[in-house]
Amino acid sequence: MRTLFEKVWQAHVVREAGDAPTILYVDLHLLHEVTSPQAFSELAARGLAVRRPDRSVATMDHSTPTVTAPAGAAARALPMAAGAAEQLAQLEANCARYGVPLIGWDDDRRGIVHVFGPELGYTQPGMTIVCGDSHTSTHGAFGALAFGIGTSEVGHVLATQCLLQRKPCTMEVRVDGALGPGVRAKDLVLAIIARIGVGGGTGHVIEYTGSTIRAMSMESRMTVCNMSIEAGARAGMIAPDDTTFDYLAGRPGVPTGEAWDAAVSRWRALATDEGATYDRTVTIDATTIAPMISYGTNPEMSIAVNAPVPGLADYRDGPALERALAYMGVTPDEPLLGKPVQTVFIGSCTTGRTSDLRDAAAVLRGRRVADSVRMLVVPGSQQVKRQAEAEGLADVFRAAGAEWRESGCSMCIAMNGDQVRAGDYVVSTSNRNFEGRQGPGARTLLASPLTAAACAVRGVVTDPRTLL
Amino acid sequence: MTPLPFTTLEARAVRLVRDDIDTDQIIPARFLTTISRAGLGRHLFADWRCDSMNAPRPDFPLNAPAAEGARVLVAGRNFGCGSSREHASWALADWGFRVIIATSFADIFRNNASKNGLLTIALGASDHRALLDVLEGDGSATLHVDLAAQRVAAGNWSASFTIEPFAKRCLLEGVDELGFLLAVDADIAAFEVRHTPGVAAALLTASRAAS
Ligand code: SF4
Repeated sequence: MRTLFEKVWQAHVVREAGDAPTILYVDLHLLHEVTSPQAFSELAARGLAVRRPDRSVATMDHSTPTVTAPAGAAARALPMAAGAAEQLAQLEANCARYGVPLIGWDDDRRGIVHVFGPELGYTQPGMTIVCGDSHTSTHGAFGALAFGIGTSEVGHVLATQCLLQRKPCTMEVRVDGALGPGVRAKDLVLAIIARIGVGGGTGHVIEYTGSTIRAMSMESRMTVCNMSIEAGARAGMIAPDDTTFDYLAGRPGVPTGEAWDAAVSRWRALATDEGATYDRTVTIDATTIAPMISYGTNPEMSIAVNAPVPGLADYRDGPALERALAYMGVTPDEPLLGKPVQTVFIGSCTTGRTSDLRDAAAVLRGRRVADSVRMLVVPGSQQVKRQAEAEGLADVFRAAGAEWRESGCSMCIAMNGDQVRAGDYVVSTSNRNFEGRQGPGARTLLASPLTAAACAVRGVVTDPRTLL
Repeated sequence: MTPLPFTTLEARAVRLVRDDIDTDQIIPARFLTTISRAGLGRHLFADWRCDSMNAPRPDFPLNAPAAEGARVLVAGRNFGCGSSREHASWALADWGFRVIIATSFADIFRNNASKNGLLTIALGASDHRALLDVLEGDGSATLHVDLAAQRVAAGNWSASFTIEPFAKRCLLEGVDELGFLLAVDADIAAFEVRHTPGVAAALLTASRAAS
């Protein structure tokens, strides 16, 4: 009797020997411009080749501009942050030299690494997937074992397609019941992190189970798995089912015909066996969850949007809360509802997919972004962008007064010039509310696309259920 | 990169006793547009260490005179959470740190640290408290770290710590993990032959489409 995690792990053990960690084989290696250059330099210094370019795909997403280039001009000619142009050119040179496929500037499949992987069907159940990026956990929504690695490890995978890994523990997060109106996957995962803490998943791979997860779309499952790292977990996984196979069928990276049928039957066998056990289990009642918002400087510091900020005595660590609230300009016991916000950001690998944009557009249709608010809508990929334009969502955003952008990480990490002014509040659908994450001095309130859009319309923190 | 071996250390410590110090604080993202791993120490804790005019904040522990030459950083719980950026380890090492002491560490940070000759020591709450008491009494107390013996001491306090045996060997001998993996090439090749062919075939198709 084995769990989903154990099945995927065991299928990728190359060798176990002595006191050394397990040598684990990597099926798919995703690369981006920020965490790869030093790894390629290491290869060059040692005269090594990339072992499996056919198991590697690179893209540029973190520092690329998201403004649309003027007609006739190339995106690469747009003004860029210091060092970004060089870093992007380095990625192109490295991919050319080592034969690594690159989804580059003019590629219509370009997007955030965790958005295009699933979209193109490169992400598949049962795989091991790594990337020099902590939100690689996103791909676990397909029943893959997917986790972030450092740049030294990027070099290890480039050269050997393997990693030295200690086997993590397992944690089941079981969620049952229907989510209420206006409550989305983002709210659920913020509630989970508020419950188990930013370090609560350290050393563990989380498997999300239960009726709520089963009822979710792949997009929602990706949102949940994406934020596993915000609870400190090594990875988040969900057993593949018909929802998974329906999503993948026909995508460019998946097999066809008999090979597809064989793959699906292999994938079905990945689900955790009846009676298999986890090292820890946490249960969550989905019916009790409200739309969530963060109030502090890590994702654990999140509350129901209509609840007051905790008092200093109500939080496990008073001094930490005090410091966080001072940065945020929020007082203990203060309700956030009605607090003015200056920026709203919809996008990122957490919630930059078409279904997320549909949610935001549903709120904005026939309404306007408040005059006091700057709103950015950044699709997760160029495919999402085209889809949103075809569905008329882009028109809704433009008509409401929001900026409609090209795809990229954008204001999630504020490396490309899209950033929040010091002291301003931003309601953001991304994943991290760390100090300065969205620009030095920026104050982030994490929320779902539905809540973010509602806040944009009212210009203040708003319960989205009042606008449904 | 072959890490600097680590055997013993005698050095002063800086206390930055906060929980959940994330890698965005250790090195903010705007300093990641680099293709090198060198020289990142000047951006270490940039937004905590300096104000918006880039002037050092006098109340930040790393700016205290006693922090000069310190090689040990003592933090709280869950140090290094958040982003996987190895730039955090590069910045800490470039600043001069060799040891980080905390009550717990985020997984990816800990993995990255040992590859850069940085020793991470997780102490239990009471040992952590006792060490802080010593340092509160004498801010320039010398810490003694002995990796082979797995002991750390300061003043009349000392404690043992646990470390994953392979990480210990790598640090002590400066073993390079990539070299270790390259040496098992035959095992990797054998694995590739027996590994589920369907997955590989699907990817080969994908990569042809992408190139
Ligand atoms: S969108 Fe944000 S979290 Fe996701 S990969 Fe980009 S920077 Fe990282």
